[in-house]
Amino acid sequence: MVDGKDKSSIIQMFHVHKYYGSKKALVDITLNVSKNEFIFISGPSGAGKSTLLRLLYLGEPVSEGQILVDGMNLSRISGKKIHFLRRKFGIIFQDYKLIPTKTVFDNVALVLEASGKKRKFIEKKVRSVLRTVGIEQKINALPPSLSGGEQQRAAVARAVVGIPRIILADEPTGSLDSDSADIILNLLKNFHAHGGTVIVATHDKELIRKAGGRILHLKQGYLHFPG
Amino acid sequence: MSTYYHRAVQDIRDNGFLSSVTIITIALSILIVSAFALFFTNANNVMNYWEKGVKIMAYLKPGTSQKNLHDIKRNIQEIYGVQDVNFISKEEAFKKLKKQMKRQSSILMNLNENPLPDAFEIRMTTSSQRSEKVEEIATKIESMPLIEDIEYGQKWLEQFTNIFDLFRLAGYTIGGIFFIATVFIMANTIRLAIYMRREEIEIMRLVGASEKFIKGPFYIESIIQGTLGGMGGIVALFITFKLISSTVENSFKYELLDIKFLSPEFYCGIILCSIFVGWLGCYISLKQFLKT
Repeated sequence: MVDGKDKSSIIQMFHVHKYYGSKKALVDITLNVSKNEFIFISGPSGAGKSTLLRLLYLGEPVSEGQILVDGMNLSRISGKKIHFLRRKFGIIFQDYKLIPTKTVFDNVALVLEASGKKRKFIEKKVRSVLRTVGIEQKINALPPSLSGGEQQRAAVARAVVGIPRIILADEPTGSLDSDSADIILNLLKNFHAHGGTVIVATHDKELIRKAGGRILHLKQGYLHFPG
Repeated sequence: MSTYYHRAVQDIRDNGFLSSVTIITIALSILIVSAFALFFTNANNVMNYWEKGVKIMAYLKPGTSQKNLHDIKRNIQEIYGVQDVNFISKEEAFKKLKKQMKRQSSILMNLNENPLPDAFEIRMTTSSQRSEKVEEIATKIESMPLIEDIEYGQKWLEQFTNIFDLFRLAGYTIGGIFFIATVFIMANTIRLAIYMRREEIEIMRLVGASEKFIKGPFYIESIIQGTLGGMGGIVALFITFKLISSTVENSFKYELLDIKFLSPEFYCGIILCSIFVGWLGCYISLKQFLKT
């Protein structure tokens, strides 16, 4: 514990490599992320930022090396138990990944339904989170009828509603105007202020400047300034 | 379980078009299979009706005494597979013949004496109405001392039994092929439904849904779709049957064409089969499609 905060590791990567055939996407990544850290992974397009995030939630397996997430060794997690790992994360995607045929409420409620929460609790919690992100009035709207900023706020609501340990955000403001980007950033800061760990992959220097936090730089699969 | 059920019902509503296509496909498959079953059941009834008409006529030697008649009747009745034995006297047979010949009966008037023999009409039990069993009984009767001749439509019976066996075999084969085809049609329809919702499945996985949570509603959906499709198929068949049977009944009034709809047990069985096929189609699709 440092400064009243728990500084023990929540993510550890040891000599992680990722190859796609002969192409090296990530090379020898060794990284330690403490609990309640706010980290930016920056770098140009194709540097491996999204790949690094995908490896953390087992969106794809590593080619070499080991990853530990909150005490779980990813190489030992079977397909049937992968949901236990994923429930530790709230994931925000650049393209939002909302189910277009389901309402905003259903999209956000999905996380709580999947973890077996009671209907009454779900209703109360989802309303509260949608109020926090400022789209409670859109609760019954379908995602395609929302603006980009609203969709991303719904995606943030879905990411935080299950009270995950870590938020992974992949270019969360990539396609948003600066006002919407500020709202998203504030929501992430709010999550961080409540003890959560945030990892944001972005090439948006303005976003990094506004947020502060540790910055890691990826270039052609190599990690620089690993802190 | 109730969460899965509610999600399944909601998914059916949310994906209305796809669900309708799946239900209609199942209904059409069930309609084809049950139409075939209906035809086969009725054809089977006709065959059974014909089979029941099989009898043996045993003609007696002239001058057989009344006492011997009793002995012969008893001996025939004791043969395994014989249901009942009726004596037809030569006088009775002559009367019948005259009645049947109607306008030509004057020919019989010129006869000095009745040329017909006394006879026994023998009917067999249901289990003994097959060609080889009838032949066996006929041989035993023929070997009795006071029997002069027997008649049981040997050639016709043999051909009829062979055709019936072939028909039965064809029925089971075609029925089996239809069943397998239905499973594949349903599996592919459900696979298409799952494929169209692959993004939704992927998102569910990303937010931490377990495989059970993802697959459960699909199974419930396929059971609901199987039930609705099965019932739809049976209702469509019933309407078609009513339309056709009223036309046929107006044209033919023979007992032979007394066509009946499937029994409640049978169509309940078809609906259960439809549910099972829905489940199986879902199982095959999920196994192939949702590999982790």
